[in-house]
Amino acid sequence: MRAALTVAGRELAGYFSTPVAYVFIVIFLVLSGALTFTLGNFFARGQADLIPFFSFIPWLFLFLVPALTMRLWAEERRLGTIELLLTLPLPAWAAVLGKFLAAWVFCGIALALTFPLWLTVNILGEPDNGVILTGYLGCLLVAGAYLAIGAALSAATKNQVIAFVLAVAVCFLFVAAGSPIVTEFLSGRIPALAEAARALSVADRFNGFTRGVVALRDIVYFASFIGFFLFLNAVVLDHRKAD
Amino acid sequence: MPSGACGDPALADLRPAGDTPLADALIEIERLTKRFGAFTAVDDVSFTVGRGEVLGFLGPNGAGKSTTMRMLAGFMPPSAGTARICGADVVDQPVAAKRSLGFLPEGAPTYPEMSVTGFLRFCARIRGFRGAESCDRVAHAMALTQLEGVRLQPIETLSKGFKRRVGLAQALLHDPPVLVLDEPTDGLDPNQKHEVRALIGRMAPDKAIVISTHILEEVDAVCTRAIIIARGRVIVDAPPRELERDGRSLEQVFRDLTLGEGAAPVPAVAA
Repeated sequence: MRAALTVAGRELAGYFSTPVAYVFIVIFLVLSGALTFTLGNFFARGQADLIPFFSFIPWLFLFLVPALTMRLWAEERRLGTIELLLTLPLPAWAAVLGKFLAAWVFCGIALALTFPLWLTVNILGEPDNGVILTGYLGCLLVAGAYLAIGAALSAATKNQVIAFVLAVAVCFLFVAAGSPIVTEFLSGRIPALAEAARALSVADRFNGFTRGVVALRDIVYFASFIGFFLFLNAVVLDHRKAD
Repeated sequence: MPSGACGDPALADLRPAGDTPLADALIEIERLTKRFGAFTAVDDVSFTVGRGEVLGFLGPNGAGKSTTMRMLAGFMPPSAGTARICGADVVDQPVAAKRSLGFLPEGAPTYPEMSVTGFLRFCARIRGFRGAESCDRVAHAMALTQLEGVRLQPIETLSKGFKRRVGLAQALLHDPPVLVLDEPTDGLDPNQKHEVRALIGRMAPDKAIVISTHILEEVDAVCTRAIIIARGRVIVDAPPRELERDGRSLEQVFRDLTLGEGAAPVPAVAA
């Protein structure tokens, strides 16, 4: 665990010593703010909550998080540092977990920097801050799920563009699975699959959090989702590290 | 109970000539093989390296030197056979094996955005050193490789020679009993080459060291033993002096063996 935290610390410092961190954070803040106030009708709704902001998060992260993860292992391969990292005395899972944690903390920092929105609703009205908190927790869990997918795919290919496109596609599958278009299409034809698609959907679980509902089964869902893809990451890394 | 695989006479017979069993073997490579599809990069390589030995690993490009070293460092899983570092199997006990090993990968990769100190501190932390001990280790490794002058510079701003020395410092950090260095002097100027050779010479008595190199004079200068590998197979395993005994230069020996082997591998073995 100590080794994982050491790797995470190095990774996180690495984000901030390159322009990656600043570009990511600025773009995230600009886009999330712009979407909230324009498409989200933040003012016209006349309600003191952050629902307009939260509703865009799964879609915004759909593109931003794979941009973060595409370089996770591909960059180590390009620099050859993968050979250095994996010949240090640490188990492969520690390297996988460390990289994931660093990226996750980084997403947490980006989310925390949206605090002016929270200030705004508190100045304009009296929102339920508990619901806002669970909404942020949901955002963090969605980020974690996307990160786990993206990291595993980054380990599977040397090419960063391929890693990005595949990660967007797979994340999209998990978001879109619960959307009305997909579930209505499926329930008209194969009702059993519609239920399965909704159960697997990231967006559906996330909506619970934005309404202030923290269900144990949703937490278990995200935990096992992340755990599964990190495990996959370690397996893929072990098989393909030297390629 | 029989004494196990080590005392197995069948295995002892397979060791290349000139390799006497060592009481203090820190590196044991046993029938190591690596295949990439139909291509065999390393073919049934066995040797041991004991404390006090400096093994020069020679061979033409693509002969399998780096692949062998990567398998020894636990980076690449062997297709067959195994290797042990200080008794720890690189496949079954990878973390234990890596603890006893200082490895300089080919090209000396480092994280370019980190400072020299930051990078070495990171490696020291992964190796379990904390606080004052970590600082001492880093300072000592930087002193050995003469990096003090650039300690706070980002690695990407350094010259090739300095980068190589950062990689070397990382391998020496924990004073490991086994050192595996893939082209440690590549990219260094003659003075730096001399320094690194002197450093290897000073460390040699209490370590087992494997270096790969293209510079044959280096083998004369620092190695107590040379292995020449071609097309994945060990074709010579002898002290450098012995190779040059009949008045030929090491370069001539190298050319004769590796070119001859490439043209007609079977007669060379049969003869």
